[in-house]
Amino acid sequence: MTIPDPLFHENIRLQPEPTPTPLPRLLLNSFLAAGLFTLVCGLGYPLLTTAVTGVLLPHQAQGSLVTQGGKVVGSAVLGQQFTAPKYLHGRPSMTSKTDGSGPQPYNAENSGASNWGATNAKLRDSVQERIAAFRQENGLSTGTPVPVDAVTASASGLDPDVSLATALLQVNRIAQARNLPVAEVEKVIREHLTGRQFGVLGEQRVNVLAVNLALDGQK
Amino acid sequence: MAPALLQIVLILAVMTALVIPVGNWLYSVASGQKDTALERLTYRVIGVNPQEKMDWKRYGLAILLSNLAMLLLSYLLIRLQGVLPWNPAGLAAQAPDLAWNTVVSFMTNTNWQAYSGEQSLSYFSQMAVITTFMFTSAATGFAGALAFMRGLAGRDGSNLGNFWVDVTRIIYRVLLPICFVLALVFVGQGMPQTLNAYATATTLEGAAQNIALGPVASLESIKHVGTNGGGFFSMNAAHPFENPTPLTNALHILSMLLIPSALTYAFGRMLGNLKQGWVIFGGMLVMFLGSLALLYGFEQAGNPILSKLGAEQAITAAQAGGNMEGKEVRFGIAQTALFATTTTAATTGSVDSMHDSYTGMGGFVPMLQMMLNNVFGGKGVGFINFVQYLILGVFIAGLMVGRTPEFLGKKIEAREVKLVMLAVLAHPLSILGFTALACTLPGALASLNNPGPHGFSEILYAYTSGTANNGSAFAGLSANTLFYNITIGLAMLFGRYLTLLPMLAVAGMLAAKRRVPTGSGTLPTDTLLFGGLTVFVILIVGALTFLPALTLGPVADHLQMAQGVVLKP
Repeated sequence: MTIPDPLFHENIRLQPEPTPTPLPRLLLNSFLAAGLFTLVCGLGYPLLTTAVTGVLLPHQAQGSLVTQGGKVVGSAVLGQQFTAPKYLHGRPSMTSKTDGSGPQPYNAENSGASNWGATNAKLRDSVQERIAAFRQENGLSTGTPVPVDAVTASASGLDPDVSLATALLQVNRIAQARNLPVAEVEKVIREHLTGRQFGVLGEQRVNVLAVNLALDGQK
Repeated sequence: MAPALLQIVLILAVMTALVIPVGNWLYSVASGQKDTALERLTYRVIGVNPQEKMDWKRYGLAILLSNLAMLLLSYLLIRLQGVLPWNPAGLAAQAPDLAWNTVVSFMTNTNWQAYSGEQSLSYFSQMAVITTFMFTSAATGFAGALAFMRGLAGRDGSNLGNFWVDVTRIIYRVLLPICFVLALVFVGQGMPQTLNAYATATTLEGAAQNIALGPVASLESIKHVGTNGGGFFSMNAAHPFENPTPLTNALHILSMLLIPSALTYAFGRMLGNLKQGWVIFGGMLVMFLGSLALLYGFEQAGNPILSKLGAEQAITAAQAGGNMEGKEVRFGIAQTALFATTTTAATTGSVDSMHDSYTGMGGFVPMLQMMLNNVFGGKGVGFINFVQYLILGVFIAGLMVGRTPEFLGKKIEAREVKLVMLAVLAHPLSILGFTALACTLPGALASLNNPGPHGFSEILYAYTSGTANNGSAFAGLSANTLFYNITIGLAMLFGRYLTLLPMLAVAGMLAAKRRVPTGSGTLPTDTLLFGGLTVFVILIVGALTFLPALTLGPVADHLQMAQGVVLKP
């Protein structure tokens, strides 16, 4: 250690450690660390988490799969495509086929979005078509405002929910297709309305698959 | 409006309440003398002496070499994916340029993804490469920040600590325990955690739906605690499997802010001046709130072009409204805006909505935050950048009053200011230089997904995100081309090391200087006045450098949208 010299004000350097590790050794340390942390963080930690959740929360850990009569019909947290009049319809989805060869809505192994900017003509044209189609299939007059979530594509292409407004506008169509009283269908939808989590977080919403499973179960 | 604001206030209040306990915890990790048995074993296995004291050159060298080793090992693992286990979907290895982009991206804590996770990486690669990098890159950045703080505090001469000890402790004492507990909560909320093959469902309408699964929760927790941001799936935290409920979204947000915000308090303790830590925290929070207010306001107001067509975007009792293209119903605008502000502030880069589909000014905010790159910031880097502006603030104030600038009792001289300016200038040079280059190449322009100013924004966003080591994207840009893979890879390297290394050198030089006693000429840096001055320096330097580019992109975009202009691709 150098003794501070009162006449030399700047750059008083303390000697670094007496024997710094030689460079080849430091390189070896680096590779050993890379290997060790790959084992601990990249294999040990995720495999331990998999083992523990596999025992404690097996349903969720496997993707919250919903079965009906022993057959898997979907995942409770993912959306799926509905087009039949008797079903509640979800949001537009922009996912493509797995090989990328064309559109395939709600493809759960290839999540995707439009990524269209607000001024892109493709966005305007798509929304215009969807508004017209939504009004037509639900028997709404030309001037009826359509909830924005019903005519815009979600971020994941797998959004499981719609807003209450979007769900309620479809009640008449569903009731007609199922020969059920309108009030009955509306009751099912309201029963499946999820509020804000803990009363604060997120937005209230209707899970489309849950409603449709309940509607099918009514008959 | 009221419920939206309530949850934002609630989440930020929880973050603020955690600053002191987590800050104390980080301080004890950074300064504790005792090693645990597991840590001693680790030092023995990798063959290092935990007592070795490192000056800034030594510390910097250890960072570089350890990163290099990780880079080579991971490149190898990712290219060998085809022959390695846990690949139920039989995915082939990434091509060399894409693999380079991927490993650089995760090594630098950027997590830019030119690939789609469920279509490109096996479960083994997601764990052994991606999850590992999320731990080591976060720990590296955080260790760099600890070394930097030790230099500024200057308690032990030129000794900045021991890199191996810092990294090991951060991983074992901070990251692994938090991540494990969070992963359990995440699975409880509906995130998968499995090595089973993709599931096949038959939908109610009789169609087949293949469902991609995987060890998602263990990656998601470190993704946000380590402010990494790379998604398991292509659509990142918007994918319901990565972010099933508003609670997971809130936990993602809190995880991202947890360590960067607490680092300010740990710094205050290290200096023995808590006020200095709070001034930094306050400066960051003010910029954060300003950004959040802008983003929330513009996205909730919606897109007038869609209103004209008959889309209802107002808040009503039955819908949350707003510009919902590329957003998820469960989050609405409030949680989306808070997430987007956080992810670009904390240099995470995960997204729970598609930033490309924001309104012009909505997209302005994430870009601006990444350009400033110091609003909380990711592990370490954001903090280091903020201090860089504190030093610049001291220097500018010193010029104004004609005194030798001092920072934390050390004189700031030509050498330090030159290094600070290198770090300050490298950032815009990389962003604007690469953007200009891409704009002149027809091949690069072919990757655009949107016409007009928004297309320019896609390129600007890509290099901003890469340089700021953020990783989020205007994802319409087809970035998996040779040109973008290489140039964005370079931008990520410049952004990481041309900030970290010069600032580490500054800390090392300051540490070696003699402390000058506080006199009547000293400008105190732990006051509200100086905090305000620093925020202005940040905004002026940021605005002067980037405003022209921002005007050509998001501002022009927004003005066109307000006029109802629609552009054909």
